[in-house]
Amino acid sequence: MTIEIFDDFVSRALIAGVGFAIIAGPLGCLVVWQRLAYFGDSMAHSALLGVALALVFDFNILIGVFTVCFLVALIVGRIGEKSTLSGDSTLGVLSHSTLALGLVLVSLMYWIRVDLLHFLFGNILAVSWSEILTLYGCGAVIMFVLIRRWNNMISLTVNEQIATAENMQPVKNRFLMMVLLAAIVAFAMKIVGIILTVSLLIIPAAAARQFAKTPEQMAVLASVFGAIAVILGLTLSVEFDTPPGPSIVVNASGIFIIGIIATTIMRKRKKWSS
Amino acid sequence: MNPVLASLKSVGVIRNGRWLIQGISLSIRKGEIISLIGPNGSGKTTVARVLSGSIAPDSGSVSRADGIRIGYVPQRLVIDSTLPMTVRRLMNMNEKFDTAEIEQVLDEMKVLKSADQPVQELSGGEFQRVIFARALLRKPDLLLLDEPSQGLDFRGEIKLYNQIVDIRDRLNCGILLVCHNLHMVMAKTDSVICINSHICCAGTPVNVVNDEAFEDLFGPEAARSHALYRHQHDHTHLPDGSVRSV
Repeated sequence: MTIEIFDDFVSRALIAGVGFAIIAGPLGCLVVWQRLAYFGDSMAHSALLGVALALVFDFNILIGVFTVCFLVALIVGRIGEKSTLSGDSTLGVLSHSTLALGLVLVSLMYWIRVDLLHFLFGNILAVSWSEILTLYGCGAVIMFVLIRRWNNMISLTVNEQIATAENMQPVKNRFLMMVLLAAIVAFAMKIVGIILTVSLLIIPAAAARQFAKTPEQMAVLASVFGAIAVILGLTLSVEFDTPPGPSIVVNASGIFIIGIIATTIMRKRKKWSS
Repeated sequence: MNPVLASLKSVGVIRNGRWLIQGISLSIRKGEIISLIGPNGSGKTTVARVLSGSIAPDSGSVSRADGIRIGYVPQRLVIDSTLPMTVRRLMNMNEKFDTAEIEQVLDEMKVLKSADQPVQELSGGEFQRVIFARALLRKPDLLLLDEPSQGLDFRGEIKLYNQIVDIRDRLNCGILLVCHNLHMVMAKTDSVICINSHICCAGTPVNVVNDEAFEDLFGPEAARSHALYRHQHDHTHLPDGSVRSV
């Protein structure tokens, strides 16, 4: 009986985690290519503000987080164009202000017991079937949009002027990318938590970079590496009773390091043989 | 007269309270080559970008013929090292082309041997030719070349100029050629526009084929591909950007 319950929540966590990793692969690549890691961090940090607002006004937390992340993306875009501050300072101000504001708001709500740790570090083992359904539903939409607009995304990554001249509408598609990023951040909060959100986007992508020759290879490999990290991480977590979110990230980092060692050896051998 | 592909009507672009360009009017027709010259920071690239559509003018208007295909070769392009990209994949970036077509244009630009290499491993000159090849592959109606001759030696420049004329003849496209050299332009240029935030002067280049001194110095090949441009400005530029007529 106990084993059945145990199995059930682990398999739910696996299904949710692997599904997330698959979507995070190509999006993580876009974050790496466009140097948006810090930007993603700001979005993730602002997620707690979304949680607080959702609790106050009593609506779905995912929607709250998505909305706030999206607004942050808009504000960053606007300020970035006009501000005399450097990009990373702007992000730093926004990122930590929203996190602090979220923390303050959540603690002010004495009438609701909120386990902050769940939001900060995720609680994938408590994921429900309905949440999985939402994740896969939204994930399918995200994937569909990404595949349809993939060339536009690559084009705006390479050069915005060329993309404009060739009618690839970089401005519109950058906006679309921000929407997708906000969505993935909202889901990531459940899986690895606010603090580690960006790691699950960029570490598999960074590991994939070393093996990939084209953008598409990198995107697919990033999904595969992410999925492996989720499976290994959850196994580790169940086996040794470690927190699942950080365990997943530790495994992703492990894959990254093995990747570096493997490619270095491969390159050395190639040199020797040629 | 050939149809107009794109035109600017007293276009101005203002950034941080300073007019980068002001009152620029020009039009490019099919099969026409226009050289755009001017000192550093005179707004040549801005003009090219307004034509390509990536900058909207703050005053005046820009018009492009319906459905024209624009090829844009920026002055400098760096592809982030985090983006894995082979030359072949880059050629197919925005639309799919036949392998044979791609290889032909790469061969024409002498970069076929690098087709399967990561773009980050190419030399600056090779990469510039790949970007050029990309623009050609699309068979553009309007080709915008932002200082394509920079970093080339005199020989390289002659070759490039011949190639540009050849491209114009083959595709019958309009070409805007942004040059850094104030006095020497491509001989086959239909008109030269000299700008320094506004249009200082415009005209046709003077042939140097018969200029013996030039031929002695650089050879007959150079005399055929290069032409002099003699400026006659009726004004000077003050340090604050204002213009005084003389």
